[in-house]
Amino acid sequence: MTLYQIAFLVAAFLTLIAALMTVSSPSMVHSALWLILTLGGIAVLFLLLNAGFLAVVQVAVYIDAIAIMIIIVVMLTQGAVRQQLRQVSRTWWGAAVAAILLFVSLLVIFVQSPQLASTAPTLVPSQETILKDLGQSLVDVNRYILPFEIASVLLLAALIGSIIVAWPIRRPGQEEGER
Amino acid sequence: MLEPWIFIALLLGAGMLLPGVAIAANWLLGPKKPNAIKESTYECGIETVGETYVQLKGSYYIYALIFVVFDIEAVFLFPWAVAYNELQLYMVLEGVLFIAILAAGLFYAWRKGVLEWV
Amino acid sequence: MTEFLQDPFTWIGELLKTWLTGLGLASDFVTFLLQLLGALVLATVMLLLTFLLIWAERKIVARIQDRLGPNRVGPFGVFQTVADLLKLVTKELITPTGADLIPYNLAPLLAVMSVVGLWAVIPLAPTLLGAKINVGVLYIISIGAIGTLGIMLAGMSSNNKYALLGAFRTVALMISYAVPMVLALLVPVLLAGSMDMSTIVNAQSPLPFLLLAPVAALVFFISSLGEVGRAPFDLLEAESEIVAGFHIEYSGLKFGMFFVAEFLHAFTISALTATLFLGGWQGPWAAQYPFLGLIYFLIKTSIVYFVVIWIRGSFPRIRIDQMNSLNWKLITPVALLGLVATSVAEKLAVEFAWSRLLVHLAASALVVLVTLTALGIYARTTRKRSEQMPATGATSESLTSA
Repeated sequence: MTLYQIAFLVAAFLTLIAALMTVSSPSMVHSALWLILTLGGIAVLFLLLNAGFLAVVQVAVYIDAIAIMIIIVVMLTQGAVRQQLRQVSRTWWGAAVAAILLFVSLLVIFVQSPQLASTAPTLVPSQETILKDLGQSLVDVNRYILPFEIASVLLLAALIGSIIVAWPIRRPGQEEGER
Repeated sequence: MLEPWIFIALLLGAGMLLPGVAIAANWLLGPKKPNAIKESTYECGIETVGETYVQLKGSYYIYALIFVVFDIEAVFLFPWAVAYNELQLYMVLEGVLFIAILAAGLFYAWRKGVLEWV
Repeated sequence: MTEFLQDPFTWIGELLKTWLTGLGLASDFVTFLLQLLGALVLATVMLLLTFLLIWAERKIVARIQDRLGPNRVGPFGVFQTVADLLKLVTKELITPTGADLIPYNLAPLLAVMSVVGLWAVIPLAPTLLGAKINVGVLYIISIGAIGTLGIMLAGMSSNNKYALLGAFRTVALMISYAVPMVLALLVPVLLAGSMDMSTIVNAQSPLPFLLLAPVAALVFFISSLGEVGRAPFDLLEAESEIVAGFHIEYSGLKFGMFFVAEFLHAFTISALTATLFLGGWQGPWAAQYPFLGLIYFLIKTSIVYFVVIWIRGSFPRIRIDQMNSLNWKLITPVALLGLVATSVAEKLAVEFAWSRLLVHLAASALVVLVTLTALGIYARTTRKRSEQMPATGATSESLTSA
């Protein structure tokens, strides 16, 4: 057991525990906090795979922006803070059987593929120029320029859509500041 | 390869440990006389009125949303900025187009009156 | 001995490494121990530096306000902060009823951790850098915003209406001011061609980035002031406002830790401005004598910190809706304009082989001109609208009275 494998097992185990607590916590606010821990665990897993940029992006986008937005949305919901949700539905045994079947079949498929079955990690090659290559490929006409610009249009659509959904449209004749 | 990150992890750990030690010292040295009135919630010197739950404004959600959009935009722009020295002029203009589309989104939010602090 | 004078940091590092390897430990473990030692020393020095920072702030603000400031405890009142700390240590730790214990106790630790973690990537000298990672600038953004998370936890877990409201207002303002800060941070990365902080400092040898991108430097400085919550943006901790905000229910050193985190954060953003825009440890002979590099870095950071305190003592506090519209309607568009102008100007200067400095100064002058014109138009329309107001006001008043 190399040190690397121990670190990976600890990080993966903590992430799984946090994910389990996210879905089974009775209070929504606690679920949001466990989600933050899960996302942090995923960032550590990215680090172990030698993807430093992705780890920092995970923290900067998911934990700093999206987790805070989730907490704000949870607090905006009427009575969310005090709601204690029912933890298991009546047909939980069917869901458990389906989940175990899925897990076993995925395990069988992975063990048969030689790349996925090896215990040595497949690290991101640590080049000096990996960020420069990424930047160049994002604006290169033959590579990813179209997804790059479409991503900005997608973000614009998300922004406009959320504003329309969340902000009541001002009807004509209504005064400023009245909602 | 992971060496600098180990230093960061250690520094973050030290950053949590040292205040923890200080607060533990406070816990050891301070008096401990719990009292129902001392521990009740503070509301400018009077008894609390109503539940501890307030209705928040929708503008908080809008600011968080605009921050998410601009954060993701910055994450896309950082590789573009790192590769800047090897880019040609038209590639720089493509990045400027990316920024302009999102600036149009900000302008839309402004004109809709969403950015006011109600 | 001359090696020690030449490069004290590497000399101490080598000395410790040979001593520890001589004790018979593996080489990897020795590196780990040295990193652990470095992390502990850095965190302790930062927390102890806060004493000096708080004292300096109190003295300078006092002098600006034409009074003396602390001058009793120790020479020039230097030990005043130590006395305050000893007082805080002996206070009782009162936990409010119904508070969520784990987030409640974790929040001050997170606030301090996020500020101390920023110092891992700031190059203090040519050979004194905590972690040389290739994503330094993005790391600064992500760790800085973990402090925001700490404040949110503090407000939510205190079981207090005012703490919740204060925390939400604080977090909304902090993330709003993070938007222009992130956009302004793109400019040094652009000019240096790397997110690594030591590369950014090395790229500033002929010209510091302040001369090449003054608009971005100003935007970064102002939005960092807003993000930290320093005056004139300190509405959220003013006693007359939201009753001390998110840290109402914290007592003793837990409150002290929030306080320490805020002052250290102000010093850290001064250090970041000095590193990204003023050249960090660059200076005459700094490359050969790294100790001089450390001195230059400390001088530049202290100058920027003095400007921060100067601003605090000179400006009145601005209202929260003014803070909000200032951010979204002035600073963010200026940040976007500055980013576009700098990126286009740098490429034009390289393509046509013009002087880099002149092209950038021209681009910044253009951005400033556009901003001032827009502000002038806005001021004129607002003045025209307010001149028409008294007529309608009088009419409605006469209608209601009649």
